[in-house]
Amino acid sequence: MNQFHYDSVEATVSHDEQVRDIDSARGFSGDRIFKMITLGFASSIILILLLITVGMAVESVPALKQFGWKFITGSNWDAVQGQFGALPYIWGSIVSSLLAIIIATPLSVGTALFITEIAPGKLGGAIASLVELLAAIPSVIYGLWGILVMAPWLQRTVEPFLVDHFGFLPFFRGAPYGVGMLAAVIIIMIMIIPIITSITKEVLLAVPKSQKEAAVALGATRWETIRMAVLPYGRSGILGAVVLGLGRAIGETMAVTMVIGNAPQISLSLLDPAYTMPSVIANEFAEATSKLHSAALMEIGLILLVLTLLINIMARVLIWGVTRQRSAGGHI
Amino acid sequence: MFKQMRNTLAALVAICAMAGAASAETLINGAGATFPYPIYSKWFGEYAKIDTSVKFNYQSIGSGGGIKQITEQTVDFGASDKFLTDAELKAAPGKLVHIPTVMGAVVVTYNVPGVNTGLKLSADDISGIYLGKITMWNDPKIADENRGVALPAKPIIVVHRSDGSGTTAIFTDYLSNVSPEWKSKVGMGTSVKWPAGLGGKGNEGVAGQVKNTAYSVGYVELAYAFENKLPFATLKNRDGHYVVPSIKSTTAAAAGAAKHMPSDYRISLVNQPGKDAYPIAGFTWLLVYEHQKDAAKGKKLVEFLKWELKKGQKLAAPLLYAPLPPNVVKMVEKTIAGIK
Repeated sequence: MNQFHYDSVEATVSHDEQVRDIDSARGFSGDRIFKMITLGFASSIILILLLITVGMAVESVPALKQFGWKFITGSNWDAVQGQFGALPYIWGSIVSSLLAIIIATPLSVGTALFITEIAPGKLGGAIASLVELLAAIPSVIYGLWGILVMAPWLQRTVEPFLVDHFGFLPFFRGAPYGVGMLAAVIIIMIMIIPIITSITKEVLLAVPKSQKEAAVALGATRWETIRMAVLPYGRSGILGAVVLGLGRAIGETMAVTMVIGNAPQISLSLLDPAYTMPSVIANEFAEATSKLHSAALMEIGLILLVLTLLINIMARVLIWGVTRQRSAGGHI
Repeated sequence: MFKQMRNTLAALVAICAMAGAASAETLINGAGATFPYPIYSKWFGEYAKIDTSVKFNYQSIGSGGGIKQITEQTVDFGASDKFLTDAELKAAPGKLVHIPTVMGAVVVTYNVPGVNTGLKLSADDISGIYLGKITMWNDPKIADENRGVALPAKPIIVVHRSDGSGTTAIFTDYLSNVSPEWKSKVGMGTSVKWPAGLGGKGNEGVAGQVKNTAYSVGYVELAYAFENKLPFATLKNRDGHYVVPSIKSTTAAAAGAAKHMPSDYRISLVNQPGKDAYPIAGFTWLLVYEHQKDAAKGKKLVEFLKWELKKGQKLAAPLLYAPLPPNVVKMVEKTIAGIK
């Protein structure tokens, strides 16, 4: 199989050279125009990203100048006094997204494995369609369901149970409000499961049958096949799916605002209300009268943007590292 | 075929020209507070029937947005539940006039199983609850006002607005007025640093939160509470009487304030003297430049304001807004006359 792989790579390289030769020979050809148009499209995307980043940075200058690094380390958000410290929001965003990802990833990968490996054809297809349907539901609907159905249920049943039996842990202390960090984590988790599942399913489907057959031929059970042949092959793809899910989790606004309780505090307890960066922007931007308030909210938006970019870059580096290790090492 | 095309083209151009002439009506743009949006909508709709040559367009983007837009003159008039500070007035390129249109009130709604109606609260009770100092429903301070009512020994879950809003501005204005501790610790504004409680988004968010959370208390707009049949508390006003929130008691609050109404109407109506005055009430204002740049638009705007003051006020009560009391109406008439 390796031999076959090298041959096709060589063939591709020479084909490209041939195409390039034809291009320069013909001059101002249709191909050239096509190249320029698609280059234009690609650069416009980079341009939009730059414009957004620069625009937000410019708008947040008053807050940047006034607070500097204290903006990220301070916890006091007081519009009346003109004091703005964004740490509770950053904490809320990071904690809610990380917890949601930690719980959602095994569920999603498990579902994808079930759809591709274990379920009989039609059943797998039906479950896959249902999962994609979950992704199509608007986030406001999730928020409404969360605040009208899930939060009261949490307040009446789940949270008292957690306090009674696990109250010795600092994560389950406090009065049961229903809304709060726990509700937000559950909602985000429900919203990112479809994304991670869909992409993981595609990745797992792309695993060559020969790998699985080889494992089975060696006497592996179903789980051992999955563990040895399927998952390692799809590792980078699954990582990419998780990062996409994390990106959606951090940016989720409406559904989270409705169930997180909107209290800017840093607390270890999952039962306490919290606040995320998109929520505070959505809540306060329309009525923010003072320039400093608007600039502070813009700065939060900038932090959110930078955070998302950092996560994506980190994911790229991780994926690159994983694939490099795999191809260099040869063994898995 | 060419002749056919030419004739069709000529007909199309003629129709467009007629359409263009027909749409030579004046379009007046405004933006601002969400609270009075229902009544403004109704007014603009009714007024369009009376004067077909003018069309009003109002965007309810929030009081903050309204103030920003009128200062930058991107709209012809602004609307706000909070009056402008001296600094904000200075920032405007011309003299901005506040025109009070209707009044709103804020009610304290609650969800206490066993206490369905008639909870009485004093100013100290409310400020104590929202400061986080009164934490239980059966606190002696609350029990004092409510002799004979069985208050449960449960913690109070406080709910406030998470988004910036005029309702919050009126409510925190009241709390600053009645509690020096609130005034120094928190202050008044559309968005404040709440010492306690959860935030709900919009009136709906707070109402929904209170409805679904036992032993909670929150504040919402009067119109909203009535429409959704929420239980609300009777409040002790400045003169010591317990007043039920209603359109009448809201109007009474302004009547009491009319005696010392400043000429620019930048007055807070909370905690006003008067036997029947409801303590948490406030004006909502239209913001208009005294000197109108566009004379034609200005004329139409003034005509609308005069109509709104005379006829529009009658449409307020059915929509659960309190109309201005007669002595204030007289003052506003004079102000409108000064807009050129």
